[in-house]
Amino acid sequence: MRMQSGSRYPVRASLRAFLAGAVVAVSTFASQGTLAQEFKLAMSSPPTSMDPHFYNLFPNLNVSDHIFETLVKMDEDSHVMPGLAQSWTMINNLTWEFKLRPGVKFHDGSDLTTEDIAWSMERPSTIVGSPGKFDVYTKAIINKKIIDATTIRFTTKEPYPLLLADLTSIYIVQKKATQGLSSDDFASGKGMVGTGPYKFVRFARDDRLELDRNDAYWGTKPSWSKVTLRFIPNGATRIAALLAGDVQAIENVPTPDLARIRTEPTVSMYSKVSHRMIYLYPDTNRDKSPFVTDRDGKPLEKNPMTDVRVRQALSMAINRDAIKERVMEGLSEPTDNLVSSKLLGYNSALKTVKFDPEGAKKLLAAAGYPNGFGLTLHTPNNRYVNDEKIAQTIAQMWARIGVATKVEGMPMSVYSARGSKREFSIGLLGWGAQTGEASSPLRALAACDNSAKGMGVVNWLKYCNPKMDEMLFKALNTVEDAPRLKLLQDAAAIVVNDGGVIPLHHQVTTWATKKGIVYAPRTDERTHAYAFRAQ
Amino acid sequence: MIVFVIRRLLQSIAVLLVMSLLVFVGVYAIGNPVDVLISPDADQLERARTIAAFGLDKPLWQQYFIFIGNALSGDMGRSFAFSTPALTLIFERMPATLELAIVAILIAVGLGIPLGLWAGLRPQGFAGKSIMAVSILGFSLPTFWVGLMLIMVFAVQLGWLPSSGRGTTRLLLGVPVSFLTIDGLRHLLMPAFNLALFNIALVIRLTRAGAQEALLQDYVKFARAKGLTNTRIIGVHVLKNILIPIVTVIALQFGSIIAFAIVTESVFAWPGMGKLIIDSIRVLDRPVIVAYLMLIVVLFIFINLAVDVVYSLLDPRVRLSEAKG
Repeated sequence: MRMQSGSRYPVRASLRAFLAGAVVAVSTFASQGTLAQEFKLAMSSPPTSMDPHFYNLFPNLNVSDHIFETLVKMDEDSHVMPGLAQSWTMINNLTWEFKLRPGVKFHDGSDLTTEDIAWSMERPSTIVGSPGKFDVYTKAIINKKIIDATTIRFTTKEPYPLLLADLTSIYIVQKKATQGLSSDDFASGKGMVGTGPYKFVRFARDDRLELDRNDAYWGTKPSWSKVTLRFIPNGATRIAALLAGDVQAIENVPTPDLARIRTEPTVSMYSKVSHRMIYLYPDTNRDKSPFVTDRDGKPLEKNPMTDVRVRQALSMAINRDAIKERVMEGLSEPTDNLVSSKLLGYNSALKTVKFDPEGAKKLLAAAGYPNGFGLTLHTPNNRYVNDEKIAQTIAQMWARIGVATKVEGMPMSVYSARGSKREFSIGLLGWGAQTGEASSPLRALAACDNSAKGMGVVNWLKYCNPKMDEMLFKALNTVEDAPRLKLLQDAAAIVVNDGGVIPLHHQVTTWATKKGIVYAPRTDERTHAYAFRAQ
Repeated sequence: MIVFVIRRLLQSIAVLLVMSLLVFVGVYAIGNPVDVLISPDADQLERARTIAAFGLDKPLWQQYFIFIGNALSGDMGRSFAFSTPALTLIFERMPATLELAIVAILIAVGLGIPLGLWAGLRPQGFAGKSIMAVSILGFSLPTFWVGLMLIMVFAVQLGWLPSSGRGTTRLLLGVPVSFLTIDGLRHLLMPAFNLALFNIALVIRLTRAGAQEALLQDYVKFARAKGLTNTRIIGVHVLKNILIPIVTVIALQFGSIIAFAIVTESVFAWPGMGKLIIDSIRVLDRPVIVAYLMLIVVLFIFINLAVDVVYSLLDPRVRLSEAKG
């Protein structure tokens, strides 16, 4: 062992104690010179399975990214880029041809072939016992044709522009290694043969995942020869692990500690606007809504939110910048768009609604509610960053324009059960545009409820605007990017101007590292050990 | 004694049935796990398919009878989120929690009884008073705050101990345990102490009260008159007489430490059963919740049984056959 006395120095660091505002100042000896080979990273949620096709859940995807790869990948800004497929062309409107990257090898040394690709496309629909299957991304493909060892063709039933985005979620596994395995088998390392930058070593559920570098990796070689992903859901503990030097980097810095972390000399902070939008969804559709009352709490005969002016007034009364400064510690991007600025379908013509309580009052008066009315805003309290605090802030802002608002927060498990039964009048939720474009929130949150077409899955209060639907359907069948972009932008403008969805902000994801380690943050909130580098 | 044990076990089956029914109805009343679990990109058809695949579309009584049927053949169901048998998930984490609980109880007994005796024998002395004063802290400080403070001081500031997680494990009779390695012990120390803190205080108080009372009894005077050494009077006669309440409390505490070490486990990112149950409740993973709680019921039944047996060993006047449940 080498002594690095030169780089070991005491620094004074204080840390906010985590209870009741108690503040404790402690000094820390931080070792500056980390060994550049082994990297420990603390994640905030553990994966539920090692099988990359088992469960379409964020922590599972995040872990799979280290070991497995996809045909098409997304860059930091959620734009598609070549992955295991070096290139692709459209043979016609329905047929896509993918050329594999030459010389890609699995972790066991064998070559990647189109057989493995076809197998990986079929496997998701065969998974048993999954609470969220991946076949939502493969079902558009009705035919797979292997042309040769490096060329494969996919055919869709209708023109399907989202194919590339969908393929970014389907991990390519080795046919030989995964045939006949159940999802449960993967935890022991069976079948964990990918092409990615890291090789599976050991998985201890809820505790850690150990990885070794794949030295034969085709892409950029990662800095670290060994990586340990530790799963530490408790925010305070995660920060402590970083400050104590047990890990060199963490994801999701808890908001109460942001101010300290920013000034902490031994730590660097990284952040990026996420694809996750926090929004409100008003009941636009029912004449009698369960939580709409007059100011005294008596039920109202007519639901005011069926009037677009009332919805606009509610939006105008929200001071999004104040939420950013006071509630989010500066870490949110106020918005009136369904997707953040780098994503396809962002409409720059949609400016953030100006905070204007007087104008809101006028609109309410014009709609026939000069004295306002009463409302209950329902929100989850354990799902999004500061979810319930945001709702409470909004309630106070609405009180200023005469809308007496109560806030009711509840755990997501209770919230989603009640919300999907149409039990609320207005609620707060978040949506991450996993496909990297506006069609994702449009079809899930704003399209008229249509189970046969899979539209309006989370459109709990059944907002419906046929004009928007028509545009969206057209966009979903338009393969060329330019006209599709225009259609998506216009559709988004209709929804937002109509107050069908009231966007609040995009979340900002945060990471913190020990000084001397740099990170390239991503908009899809994922944390990849190989994106951290020693300076 | 055998009759006693059998009667106890029969009673516990009724408790188990009631427990499982309560949990079933409770989770059903909260909501549908699929709403929480399913990926946001799934459409309505996929949602319906998933609900059917988990059998959640059936009426509750039917779901319950299917569960009972499977449970009788030893199958407690598969976790919705992990797709792993619920019992496997629980048993996977059990060694971590058990070793934490055992070390915590050992610390509690090892520190609590001597300190309590000391305080009981010299209630007016400075040491006795300080011990009692400190034990109040043990009662009143919230565990998660103490845990964070321990991390702040010993991991962040002093850098003596690792901040969180479980250390290197080694197989002991096929079970991975971490107390056999130096690294494992270093990881174990803080969470075990944190878990023990409340119990140390508890044991101190019980021992002190018991000792003070016992010292006034005739048998102690008699022993002194007989000329026994002080060590023998305290260490054998007094201790044996005051152990009954301590054993009861320690045993029950041991049960609750195992079942509900949730706070300490999450503060120290300890991969034990407490974290599992909290995560499962969050996503309404019913098979795991039911299996876990039933297992805990079984655990408490056995602990109580063991306590009764220990009573009879400590106090020959107690006869189990007369204890009627």
